[in-house]
Amino acid sequence: MTEPLVQVRNLHKSFPIKKGIFVERTVDQVDAVIDVSFDIGKGETLGLVGESGSGKSTTGYCILQILRPTSGSVVFDGHELTELKGEDLRRLRRRMQLVFQDPFASLDPRMTVGDIVGEPLVVHKVGSRQERRARVRELLDVVGFDPGYTNRYPHEFSGGQRQRIGIARALALSPDFIVCDEPVSALDVSIQAQILNLLKDLQQEFGLTYLFIAHDLAVVRAMSDRIAVMNAGRIVELGEAEEVYASPREEYTQALLQAVPIPDPRKMRERKRERRRLRSALAEQ
Amino acid sequence: MSETLLSVRDLRTQFFTREGVVHAVDGVSFDVHKGRTLGIVGESGCGKTVTALSIIRLLPTPPARIVGGQVLFQGRDLTTLPERELEDIRGSEIAMIFQDPMTSLNPTLTIGMQITETIRRHSKLSKRAARVRAIELLEEVGLPRAASRLDDYPHRLSGGMRQRVMIAIAISCDPALLIADEPTTALDVTVQAQVLDLLAEMRDAHDMAMIVITHDMGVVADIADEVIVMYAGQVVEQAPVLELFDRPEHPYTEALLGALPQIEDPGVRHRRLTAIPGRPPDLLDPPETCRFAARCKYAGGDACTQHMPELRELRPGHLVRSEHPASERAGTREKVAT
Repeated sequence: MTEPLVQVRNLHKSFPIKKGIFVERTVDQVDAVIDVSFDIGKGETLGLVGESGSGKSTTGYCILQILRPTSGSVVFDGHELTELKGEDLRRLRRRMQLVFQDPFASLDPRMTVGDIVGEPLVVHKVGSRQERRARVRELLDVVGFDPGYTNRYPHEFSGGQRQRIGIARALALSPDFIVCDEPVSALDVSIQAQILNLLKDLQQEFGLTYLFIAHDLAVVRAMSDRIAVMNAGRIVELGEAEEVYASPREEYTQALLQAVPIPDPRKMRERKRERRRLRSALAEQ
Repeated sequence: MSETLLSVRDLRTQFFTREGVVHAVDGVSFDVHKGRTLGIVGESGCGKTVTALSIIRLLPTPPARIVGGQVLFQGRDLTTLPERELEDIRGSEIAMIFQDPMTSLNPTLTIGMQITETIRRHSKLSKRAARVRAIELLEEVGLPRAASRLDDYPHRLSGGMRQRVMIAIAISCDPALLIADEPTTALDVTVQAQVLDLLAEMRDAHDMAMIVITHDMGVVADIADEVIVMYAGQVVEQAPVLELFDRPEHPYTEALLGALPQIEDPGVRHRRLTAIPGRPPDLLDPPETCRFAARCKYAGGDACTQHMPELRELRPGHLVRSEHPASERAGTREKVAT
């Protein structure tokens, strides 16, 4: 691994469970992220996989301080983020961005494409109006979206095109680090490959560092240098992608890999027989 | 080949909208055989769900209308059957399960009520007998502590358990045909494998035929005997499952398989994936030539951009709608990728 850009240590996030209508009181808590630690090297992609509810998105949000961790430390390029507030945090946030899962829900339907992509520039007061307009066109061009459409609205575009808009927005402030939260799971296979290739190209071109969160193990493999497998809030396995896929150490990772349907009917039949054998063995016990 | 249970002939379903007529399903034909599973695979908007909903006429009319073709089920044409007679067929002879079991189960009714409702609609069982039958069904689909689950509401169950309840409702009247529309798409992979196994078990135990609609080539490989690939409202390829994966013929099927990241593919991290450029045509005004031509790397200046290719049988049981199927391409040069 290269020099780390992001260092996460003993990250913990719990959510209170509240009861009562007028007077709320906390009756219990859910531990969504438990003792999570990892580094992400400069220019590297760390893949974070797990099933729904495993805490992978919460981990991503806690790193960006969109959710404040309950305890633990997140160091970004030498700065301890969990202790930062206000303007200090805002300055660093420019360098960390998020690409969302659902390009239908994450873009404001009342803003034009140009306004969506240019908004981060306005918020962070970058450049003049003219310069911002030029930058927006440049960004759209980079992500393969026709810059002639800046005055259109998101609903006029397909899922793949919308995800390109979301990526252009994430790139607006020239970040070093992007958390991609299930960036292609809402897209069709033929479009999915276009977006994955785009993310790969952008990483090469701008030296980006990614935390790539997804439930699809094949997609994560295609993107990641190293992989962290999460289950019930904890990281159960962390290693070089090639190693984790070729020889998973943990039983949970093995089960996860075994369950992925692959486009090969013969292998699927073999697996089906194996599962049936295991089930009847269990039933006999 | 076993007996034909359902025969769809040249089905055409259109949506009449303010923007114009959407040709959602445009001349689709296939047969479903007793005890076998037909997989319908394609991307969003290709017409696979509309095809299924047309079979049991569950589409809202207007805007949808079946404008042509036949759906022959055990000798009767479902497209012309009176609604009353169709109601007797839905749920008892043809059952359907949907992608999201949270939206297809009623959140305000207990699981027991939802199963017994279906049983009593289609049989003469008493309330008590229907309840006993409901417990049997829930046990059959592998719901733990079935008897005590009967009075639970759906929100108390996980996604996988809810889909098991849907399957229990679907098989409650011993249907001859089960249509499953993306039955595992909302589920985690480990649960998905269990639900697919359950569907296959139920098919064998009840001697049902199944139509499984999915966007996932892996799911097709798992469960289908026969596969049709749909693109832009049409069938573009049809073959037995092993044949389709061993020797895909249509450039779209090939591209789809190529675009899929493979879990067993070392070195994929440092390669670009094979994407399919562009996107499917607008079905408001679909081209009268090959609908895949604009994205096809073999098309250009020949027959396929002049007229619509016919669906033709290349090998026994293997149909393809393309002027450039893989086995006829030897020697022809690829168009430079755009």
